[in-house]
Amino acid sequence: MLFEPVIGLEVHAQLKTKTKIFCNCPTTFGAPPNANTCPVCTGMPGVLPVLNRQAVTFAIKSALATDCTIARESRFDRKNYFYPDLPKGYQISQYAFPIAEHGHLVVEPEGADPKRIGITRIHMEEDAGKLIHDPGRGKSMVDLNRTGVPLVEIVSEPDMRSAEEAGAYLRKLHAILKYIDICDGNMEEGSFRCDANISLRPVGQEEFGTRTELKNLNSFKHVEKAIRHEIQRQTYILEEGKKVIQETRLWDPNKNVTRSMRGKEDAHDYRYFPDPDLVPLIVDETWIDAVKKEMPELPDARKQRFIADYSLSEYDAGILTGSRQLADYYEEAAANLKDKKQAANWIMGPVLGLVKSQGLAIETIPVSATELSELLLLVEAGKLNAGTAKTVFEEMIISDKAPLAIMKEKGLEQVSDQSELDSIVMSVIEANPKEHDAYKNGKTKLFSFFMGQIMKQTKGKADPKVVTSLLKQNL
Amino acid sequence: MQFHELTLFDARKLLDAKDISSVDLVTALLERIESCDGEIQAYITVDEKGALASARKADERLANGDSTPLLGIPVALKDLLCTKGLATTCASRMLEGFVPQYDATVVEKLKESGAVILGKTNLDEFAMGSSTENSGFHITRNPWSLDHVPGGSSGGSAAAVAARLCTASLGTDTGGSIRQPASHCGVVGIKPTYGRVSRFGLVSYASSLDQIGPITRDVRDTAIMLNALCGHDPRDTTSANVAVPDFTAALDEYETQGLKGMVAGIPKEFLSVKGLDSDVEKAFYHSVKQLESLGVEVKEISLPHTDYAVAAYYVIAPSEASSNLARFDGVRYGYRDTEAADLIGMYKKTKSKGFGDEVQRRIITGTYALSAGYYDAYYGQATKVRSLISQDFSRAFEGCDIIISPVAPTPAFKIGENVDDPLTMYLTDIFTLSTNMAGLPGISIPCGHGKTGLPIGFQMMANRFDEMALVRAAYGLEQTLALENCFPEM
Repeated sequence: MLFEPVIGLEVHAQLKTKTKIFCNCPTTFGAPPNANTCPVCTGMPGVLPVLNRQAVTFAIKSALATDCTIARESRFDRKNYFYPDLPKGYQISQYAFPIAEHGHLVVEPEGADPKRIGITRIHMEEDAGKLIHDPGRGKSMVDLNRTGVPLVEIVSEPDMRSAEEAGAYLRKLHAILKYIDICDGNMEEGSFRCDANISLRPVGQEEFGTRTELKNLNSFKHVEKAIRHEIQRQTYILEEGKKVIQETRLWDPNKNVTRSMRGKEDAHDYRYFPDPDLVPLIVDETWIDAVKKEMPELPDARKQRFIADYSLSEYDAGILTGSRQLADYYEEAAANLKDKKQAANWIMGPVLGLVKSQGLAIETIPVSATELSELLLLVEAGKLNAGTAKTVFEEMIISDKAPLAIMKEKGLEQVSDQSELDSIVMSVIEANPKEHDAYKNGKTKLFSFFMGQIMKQTKGKADPKVVTSLLKQNL
Repeated sequence: MQFHELTLFDARKLLDAKDISSVDLVTALLERIESCDGEIQAYITVDEKGALASARKADERLANGDSTPLLGIPVALKDLLCTKGLATTCASRMLEGFVPQYDATVVEKLKESGAVILGKTNLDEFAMGSSTENSGFHITRNPWSLDHVPGGSSGGSAAAVAARLCTASLGTDTGGSIRQPASHCGVVGIKPTYGRVSRFGLVSYASSLDQIGPITRDVRDTAIMLNALCGHDPRDTTSANVAVPDFTAALDEYETQGLKGMVAGIPKEFLSVKGLDSDVEKAFYHSVKQLESLGVEVKEISLPHTDYAVAAYYVIAPSEASSNLARFDGVRYGYRDTEAADLIGMYKKTKSKGFGDEVQRRIITGTYALSAGYYDAYYGQATKVRSLISQDFSRAFEGCDIIISPVAPTPAFKIGENVDDPLTMYLTDIFTLSTNMAGLPGISIPCGHGKTGLPIGFQMMANRFDEMALVRAAYGLEQTLALENCFPEM
């Protein structure tokens, strides 16, 4: 029997607010244990939560970016359970009435058609702290720095049918949240976390099979790997005629296996109920309109605009809109150029090469978009050719000088003067009679030999276009 | 003149006239506590040093011609209100020795107004009870009769005012916890509208019902205290951003306009309650006559869902409590059992030993009511009843300005009389808890004494944020009743 996987993802994204969701403590990562705490986030007696409006604004952005319907009134509930990293004994979350529902994303898995993935809901909640275990001393310590850091949980519909689709969805969501600048997307620090729900059903069957939930998926690669593994595990079980058990499973990235964490019968009864310390959250048109005005152009729209306005290929536009910073860099560099494609080639080539080799972000590389633009203007003006421009670019990486200054200093300005080049061309032809004969006898590949000789003599400064026409005339 | 006998208003006049100093007043009260509180046990903590230091500061300010409404006035606080640097126990072993790093908003406001904090008063543990017998430390005795309870849960605050162990005090009221002990101790207690006073720093019992209010010797003092306590607080999003009137203006309103034209409703369901004491009934109708003599139109009204109020309340309040008290887990502060071998064991033992029986009973009840499969039948249903009760009141207030009733079915009962019968104890809240369910203000003022000599209180309730009507009517009744022997001999 053939089985079809059914996959839904729950993403917890940490919002980039300066302060926590219900108090004024900073959200900075890496502070000494319990440095970022106060009576509110440590659950002291008598204190009360006050909702951070910036966190709501960010949640609204996430909803707008995923085409969700934003609730005019939503509510906070308490999710009750005991654990030492949860100081109040409950987590404040949105259960019955989330801030946004019914959205979607269109994803493009590699080599497959675009697919619409539904988003069930987005809700806001506070993060818990963490325990640091010290087995040597037999002690566990509690760090509450992360307690109360704002999160949105974005829950997808069970619309994905393969690990690749799940991966594509996750990457897209990740890119969007970074694009709208509400989440730093750092998976290692836990700013972007994913749980996956997976079940299998016989192809053609409507109803879902029994699902398992996978946790501890902290990189895109691991999400795909873990899902692939879980699909295989469930396939074996079903093929043997056995039943999948509903449970939560933990991915072990070292051994590449999943193992059972807790079964359905151990599931908590969270005793959700409306948090009486918080009034309902009212989001009116004015608020939504103000947020809409702050929204940047989303990646899909920007990509289409790049294709239409700059005549870029689908592929190039896709890469250049991969992050907001890269797209901004491109648009700034290309702004004054006639040849938008040239800027695209330069960025996808040497510039991204530089990003990779130096391990930097696009906004911090030593060649700014303005400087790149100055360089490419020199190329457009015929003052530099591809080769000399590359030389100038290399120098720009290590010096603070402007491209024009570097070009002059190194004497790289292109020689396009017909008569000057004519005499060089003639002298090179005369100096290489054997090759000239061979060329004339049909060995046209030698054309590049002559070109090379001329470039050698001019130190690369000769305008290749002029040289080509002169060589063609005289060979 | 004995300084401890002074009302807030009179003390204010004498302080401003420099006839007495705050140190005189505070010293007199500390001596009074020393000599009388051994019997009453109204206090859990007396902050002698702190009180004298603030009194000295107040005197300096007074000497400089400064005057704020509570400058130099000694007050006591229910030990459910957080005080920076001063132990806050909630009368629970769980919080023995716990010292908050922050003041409750009301404590800040009292201090800003110049008040001197004498100490923290006893209560039923975490405000769960109606007799102050559920304190984790000791019981408090009724100053009128030492073998009777002072009521609860703000029993310590009410007893302290009645016994003149402070000039005024603060209580909290979740289902009658200010009004019922005020009634049992023969003093004035008001529960303001939900949202009128910030709950920040009040250790939550049932967040949607809790409200802080003053307990004082008379209605004028209540108005002065309300002025200091009310107002929006950005730290409590459930506190209402509405204008706060000068409540003492309500006294002038009575002086100039009386109560003529006011309409008072008596809910017929309240007076048909089983077990209503005949002395209570007599005292109630005597006051009704006084109101009528002042030109108040008294009519019968109906609050049809009264029968379900107690049941619904004892689902909602424990449900919220079960979650509010989860934070007392032995991890960060308070009591921790150190014998347990693992985490779950530590939780179980800490909570079993740290909380008293009534607190555990309500946590278990609330946990059950919120559980999967029971939520709709209990919490969900109780929420619906709560809406119906609110609607009952809204409808009633279309035809009247205030609603009047007894505060409790009986005067104070004997210590130990109801301890083994929580249900009977719960039913004594019948007249008071509906106002909490509907978020309305309610006041209790003394209206007479029963055959045994124990005081009896009269309750008035008003529409949301209409405390002015309460203060005015209560002041009118107080003036007209002109009770003698207002305070117990001690």
